[in-house]
Amino acid sequence: MNTQHLETDFLIIGGGTAGPLAAIKARQKSPNTRVLLLDKANVKRSGAIAEGMDSVNNAVIPGYATPEQYVREITIANDGIVNQAAINAYAVRSYDMIQELDAWGVKFDKDETGDYAVKKVHHLGAYVLPMPEGYNIKKVLFKQIRKLGVDISNRLTATRLLLGADGRIAGALALDSRTGDFVVIRARAVLLCTGAAGRLGLPASGYLFGTYENPTNAGDGYSMAYHAGAELSGLECFQINPLIKDYNGPACAYVTGPFGGYTVNAKGERFIKSDYWSGQMMWEFWRELEGGNGPVFLKLDHLAEETVEKIEHVLHITERPTRGRFHEGRHTDYRRNLVEMHISEIGLCGGHSASGVWVDEHARTTVPGLYAAGDLCNVAHNYMLGAMVYGQIAAEDALEFIADKELAELDVAAIEAERERIYAPLERAEGLSPAKVEYKLRRMVNDYLQPPKVTAKMEIGLQRFAEIRADLEQLKARNPHELMRVMELYAILDCAELAARASLFRTESRWGLYHYRADYPERNDANWFAFVQVKKNAHGEMEIFTRPVPDYLYPLTEKERKAYSDIRIEDTTLAA
Amino acid sequence: MNTNETQFAVSIMVDHDKCIADKGCRICIDVCPTDILTLDDEGKIRMSYDECWYCLPCEHDCPTKAIRVEIPYLLR
Repeated sequence: MNTQHLETDFLIIGGGTAGPLAAIKARQKSPNTRVLLLDKANVKRSGAIAEGMDSVNNAVIPGYATPEQYVREITIANDGIVNQAAINAYAVRSYDMIQELDAWGVKFDKDETGDYAVKKVHHLGAYVLPMPEGYNIKKVLFKQIRKLGVDISNRLTATRLLLGADGRIAGALALDSRTGDFVVIRARAVLLCTGAAGRLGLPASGYLFGTYENPTNAGDGYSMAYHAGAELSGLECFQINPLIKDYNGPACAYVTGPFGGYTVNAKGERFIKSDYWSGQMMWEFWRELEGGNGPVFLKLDHLAEETVEKIEHVLHITERPTRGRFHEGRHTDYRRNLVEMHISEIGLCGGHSASGVWVDEHARTTVPGLYAAGDLCNVAHNYMLGAMVYGQIAAEDALEFIADKELAELDVAAIEAERERIYAPLERAEGLSPAKVEYKLRRMVNDYLQPPKVTAKMEIGLQRFAEIRADLEQLKARNPHELMRVMELYAILDCAELAARASLFRTESRWGLYHYRADYPERNDANWFAFVQVKKNAHGEMEIFTRPVPDYLYPLTEKERKAYSDIRIEDTTLAA
Repeated sequence: MNTNETQFAVSIMVDHDKCIADKGCRICIDVCPTDILTLDDEGKIRMSYDECWYCLPCEHDCPTKAIRVEIPYLLR
């Protein structure tokens, strides 16, 4: 095994959505700063937008919405547990980012007069900007990256962060999943943007890679941030999505809603007023599925031929372009058939819910010099555009941070310990295969963590997770590719344990289905109007505590506060 | 379930008459997010791991349109 040594000023781990923007913004602002963009896959086609995106879910465009309106809506959708300053930092930069992407060649939907054609999908305001030709977005970003001379290293799986003696970031360690090389990277600042923990629960299909998220997003960043001592937040606020059954991709309400599509139960009746993804919406969805009114379907069969063709033109060419192929195989035609939906397995994701590495409005984590952005950070409902803006924010702050900093000293003992951890499964003569252990772990996640959350189940789950942790000592990898899967398995296990412990800690119910605790069914603002934080303390132990919600920039009225609890259409309410 | 690692139904079809791997093309191998495409001993592109996200960069970026991705059997 060879060891490679790399050195840079600003290391970006994750080349999906936030990463490219951070790289671009850093080089635009400071052409002499060395920027290294690392990806587990290939930056050209990596991350959540590998095949583009079909809409901006949270555009804050003058004339349609104001930052204040947007911040209020996201606050309400998250039952009040947000840092409004962090949401606002996105909102005030949203329009500039859209204009810049537009100038680079990203295609957004416009009306006859050339204005952005914003649609209303959220419960209160209008923020959805369709991208019917959004399949080219990675190509557009890649062109900018090349133009600005960003260094890229593909097929490197980062496994641990390195800290200097003063607690400041020093770099990262990585495995080359092609050559098996061990890579030591020194950097003056590091941005983690490795996406959601999308390989946490097991899809109902049983297929390990049949996930909603790009399966390369295994939760590596959550695990790396945790082991570096950074605070993580909201890990009990799970990501659960309403998806096309078995295909496990979005249906997608944001695309079909503005065209007149909507969700119905088995009786063909609407049961939710808004298809915008929130815990409250998922709660109603779950009640419908479990309460005898299911299955739940996406209904498009009432739409005109021309409209259906438009929908197909978006859904079957961007984001998840195999949707059409899946429907074809099942003889589902939007013109005649309803599309069966279901509830996904659980994941952790800041971009869609609110579970991630804690950052402030400068994208700073609690570790000096370490930043987080995109689905990995806990800025709620940030989606694609929020990831890009937070990439920008992180780059701008990191440039200031490194201005007066030398590279921190490397911790030789930590490097050697990590080398040993990584290569043990390759050197072992025989043992358990990573796929088998991953299957078992993720099945246990389904069995014990899928809401409704039950205390006794989560406690059993923690026992099973501990046993699987012991099994990691018996894993066998036959090549560097399988070794990458082993490293991911460590991260998935960390995420499972963190999610269980954070869920047990918050003894109330909040965010609809995302944190519905059967033993504590009521929301309890008196005790729990706070973030739940997790971190690894100086003794190497997991510490869980609350962090107060910062004072609001835009206080809510009582009526606003309850807007999202009132999402069900009452005449189909079940006798609960 | 993905527990039998030695045998799985390949869901990425490569038309070796169209494929130009013999001329040095490695685009599909390069762009696959889960890195499951490899060159076998005969110099042919093959799906080596049952880890396909049915996402399509391999198919879309192939210069000779030699690849067809099918939905993995468990999801069909």
